[in-house]
Amino acid sequence: MLTLDGVEITLGSFRLAAALSVPQGARVAVMGPSGAGKSTLIGAVAGFVPLSAGAIRWQGARIDALAPALRPLSILFQDNNLLPHLSVFDNVALGVDPNLRLSAAQKAAVGQALEETGLSGLEARKPAQLSGGQVSRAGLARVLLRARPMILLDEPFSALGPALKRQMLDLVARIADETGATVLMITHDPEDALRLCDQTIVVADGQASPPAPTGALLADPPPALKAYLG
Amino acid sequence: MTHPTFATGLLAACALAVPLMANAQTPQLRVLTYDSFIAEWGPGPQIESAFEATCGCDLVFEAAGDAAAMLARLMLEGARSDTDVVLGLDTNLTAAATEAGLIAPHGLTPQLDLPVAWDDPLFVPFDWSWFAFVYDTTRVATPPRSFADLIDSDLSVVIQDPRSSTPGLGLLMWVKAVYGDQAGAIWQGLAPRILTVTPGWSEAYGLFLEGEADMVLSYTTSPAYHIIAEGDETKAAALFDEGHYMQVEVGGIVAGTDQPELAAQFLAFMTSDAAQALIPETNWMYPAVTPEGGLAEGFAALPRPEVSILLPADEAQALRDPALAEWRDALAQ
Amino acid sequence: MRWRSEPLWLIGAAALVAAVLVVLNLGALGAVVWRAEGSASLSSADWSALRFTMVQAAVSALVSVALAIPVARALARRRFAGRGALVVLMGAPFILPVLVAVIGLLAVLGRNGIVNEALVWLGLPRFSIYGFHGVILAHVFFNLPLSVRLLLQGWARIPGEHLRLSSALGFGAVARWRHIEGPMLARVVPGALTVVFLICLTSFAVALTLGGGPRATTLELAIYQAFRFDFDLGRAALLAAVQAGVGLAALLALARFTLPEGASTGMDRVAPAPPGGLAKGLDALAIALAAAFLLAPLAMVVIKGLPAVVGLPAVVWWATLRSLVVAGLSVVLLAVFAAALTAASLTRKAPEALGMAALISSPLVIGTGLFVLANPWIDPARLALPVTALVNAAMALPFALRALVPAARRAEADFARLSAALGLSTAAHWRLVLWPRLRRPAGFALGLGAALSLGDLGVIVLFAQTGSETLPMQMHRLMGAYRSGDSAGAAVLLLALSLGAFVAVERLVGGRDADA
Repeated sequence: MLTLDGVEITLGSFRLAAALSVPQGARVAVMGPSGAGKSTLIGAVAGFVPLSAGAIRWQGARIDALAPALRPLSILFQDNNLLPHLSVFDNVALGVDPNLRLSAAQKAAVGQALEETGLSGLEARKPAQLSGGQVSRAGLARVLLRARPMILLDEPFSALGPALKRQMLDLVARIADETGATVLMITHDPEDALRLCDQTIVVADGQASPPAPTGALLADPPPALKAYLG
Repeated sequence: MTHPTFATGLLAACALAVPLMANAQTPQLRVLTYDSFIAEWGPGPQIESAFEATCGCDLVFEAAGDAAAMLARLMLEGARSDTDVVLGLDTNLTAAATEAGLIAPHGLTPQLDLPVAWDDPLFVPFDWSWFAFVYDTTRVATPPRSFADLIDSDLSVVIQDPRSSTPGLGLLMWVKAVYGDQAGAIWQGLAPRILTVTPGWSEAYGLFLEGEADMVLSYTTSPAYHIIAEGDETKAAALFDEGHYMQVEVGGIVAGTDQPELAAQFLAFMTSDAAQALIPETNWMYPAVTPEGGLAEGFAALPRPEVSILLPADEAQALRDPALAEWRDALAQ
Repeated sequence: MRWRSEPLWLIGAAALVAAVLVVLNLGALGAVVWRAEGSASLSSADWSALRFTMVQAAVSALVSVALAIPVARALARRRFAGRGALVVLMGAPFILPVLVAVIGLLAVLGRNGIVNEALVWLGLPRFSIYGFHGVILAHVFFNLPLSVRLLLQGWARIPGEHLRLSSALGFGAVARWRHIEGPMLARVVPGALTVVFLICLTSFAVALTLGGGPRATTLELAIYQAFRFDFDLGRAALLAAVQAGVGLAALLALARFTLPEGASTGMDRVAPAPPGGLAKGLDALAIALAAAFLLAPLAMVVIKGLPAVVGLPAVVWWATLRSLVVAGLSVVLLAVFAAALTAASLTRKAPEALGMAALISSPLVIGTGLFVLANPWIDPARLALPVTALVNAAMALPFALRALVPAARRAEADFARLSAALGLSTAAHWRLVLWPRLRRPAGFALGLGAALSLGDLGVIVLFAQTGSETLPMQMHRLMGAYRSGDSAGAAVLLLALSLGAFVAVERLVGGRDADA
């Protein structure tokens, strides 16, 4: 279980408070108006945004003082998930060994992850030679390979078309099934939330609310979310 | 303090870059001179081997740009200096060295062949020449015979800056010695003739050889190089009726030397026939003592001015700043 | 926000480099002051030197950058065979030793130069290069290449979308200028102006030789005089401080703008077809005129000197070898300096500012100051070559940092989070993330450093002893011994070596096709 215990974040005049917990294996959407602090919340969990108060726990152990790489999670950003000068294989392999010194077994594991994400045969390509969908798959291959207990998604698929995006969400679901991971996903699209996430956190007015069932929330949204959804 | 750290770093760097000093048994004589003296084609290498053949010592030449840079280096080194002899100052610079107490008496009485009397207890001349405007006989049919002539001509000349070059300073003294209070007016008259002013002799002479100007401030002995080394007889010095200022290059014993006898021996050697015979065709100046074999034809045949001018060192020193101000005012308009 | 603690050794290395630079720039000045006796004040001649220095530097900067605009634009939007080689060759004047450049310029624009030959043949009056305009002309010759490079970067930074948008909306030349090129230039030009201004601030030999007399006295000449003829260290230090003050003021004024980056030959992405017709003709004209102005003097240097290269005396070849060793050492030092300061600059401003300090320091003061500093400890003559390499590295550092720091900051902004999320160690972060992004600017910076070091005649003169002559010094020596033929040969050697070193180092370090 992920617990945000009296968390407060202060960045200049911006403030965000969160007191909530996410059960293990849950798939939770993070929704809310632009600028409300969705990315800040995810960044705090991932270790890129400092807390001014409170604690973040995973399975009861504090993780908010850990370096990002040591936290029990993988994250995909909106862009720059791949290093443009490394091959697809190396980009995924970074997930096993950041120094790229891989044993035969590790290499096989990278190959396996690439195969499962439909990238077989593209190992040697540079990111610039991939389509948008393939770039997303490469990022997910690395998430699969790392098999951390949590997957954080900071809108990595927002530039993809609807069909492609659905494919990626399904891929995320498969990976989460396979690894038993908890998923936190920022999204603007209620359909995405409904497709992947049974629960949703609303971030608005300086507050991150505890997860609530997505269907009910979208059927009867609170005022801030209602204004946002239109 | 960062000095010691930095110096340690430098020490480490140079331990790698510089070979070890020669063995300590042979006494070493360090002679500071100007750059072109120690060039392969300059007098340095031959003088070194000739002196080492007789002195049982190791003669080490060090060069620091030109004569003025040499003096600056000597002053900067101060008491720390390892230099035993300074060679190549001219009489416009010696007063500063004397004032700073850098030079010890040489105690020598050389028999010199200079057009002027010489009895300086601190400095011994080793070569000399007259400053003059050099021209190309194929381009200038009737060279000027005086500053007045030059002012009235339509010739272009390149001179050197007296603030950065010894020939430039020599010309400043030449005009001042001849014209005194009228020097400013002469410079004003010369201004339209002066194509440009270069930082040093090399740039000026280069411009002249490229045909940028009709004449260049150099030495009456400059044509000897072209005659002897290149077989080219088209370069000549214009002789002025009012006389020519001299450049006398001298050597002196550095006051802090730990080899006073050897240093004096070297200065004596510089006026000996062995060294003097080398000077003309390596330094392209007149030797301070005419060698027994006489001068090479290219030198002997050079026309010589009738009047030689040389201000005493202290007078040159005193005149420099006011003369410089006149020069600047006249040319900066 | 930072997600990686800087390792102690890195902070230590940066601090050490910073200390060396402080000693080099401030310590040298301080040492000169310390050795000076009594106080000094500025004379009226010094004030007019200050005025002339600032005016010529300002005009040189304005003209260089103004002329660079059409040339950079033409080079940015046209593709033709040999474009890459032309860009490299046109950069040559910037890395050329002053003396060689002046010889070349005079062969074209001097009294007997080809331009005047042509004018006479046409029955027109001769053109004289001597005077204020000659100083400007020479400074433009040196700095036009740099300005073009800096502005090319600006054009390369225009997003492709904006270019496509301007085509889609049917922008004409005026609209394109107003909405796209103008705003870009407003950001890039102030930086280019300042850099050229700073370079011209310490000009000395060019200004005097072509300036036609003491009217063209710069502060650097006044410093030179104070050192050598007056041996007035107090005055020299005061003048150097005034000069540094002017430079600092210019740098501070610049701090409000973004400095352009001086990296890479740039720009090989797909852009919409450039306008044809008149615009095409004007672009061709701009490129042709710039090429003629910059390359003709180089060609004349080669034509004059080439026959003499074979017969050059052995000492010249030894000096060449020595110059190469010094340049090599200098490049290594530059790499260390630049790496340490770039690393330290990822999260701070001060290290970069410190690296820029060499731009406002007088080379003469640095040389003398080091001499004074070293003198109590060791015979300075023994340090000639290491000190030359050190000072050359410091002099090239501002250009290296301009190329490296922005690229490093961009790479950091793009990928630092990813690198932290994956747990890359500092070494892996540099090897896998930063270095691939910095390779090309590093190649450019170190190539420039090698070339600048080869052509430098600066500090070594005071330190030199037998057996430590570098090629520029040997060339100067040949010239000082009536041997203008051999000197011209040495100039060709120097030109070839500088250009060759630039290209070789840039290729070697930058790789042929680094980047994605």
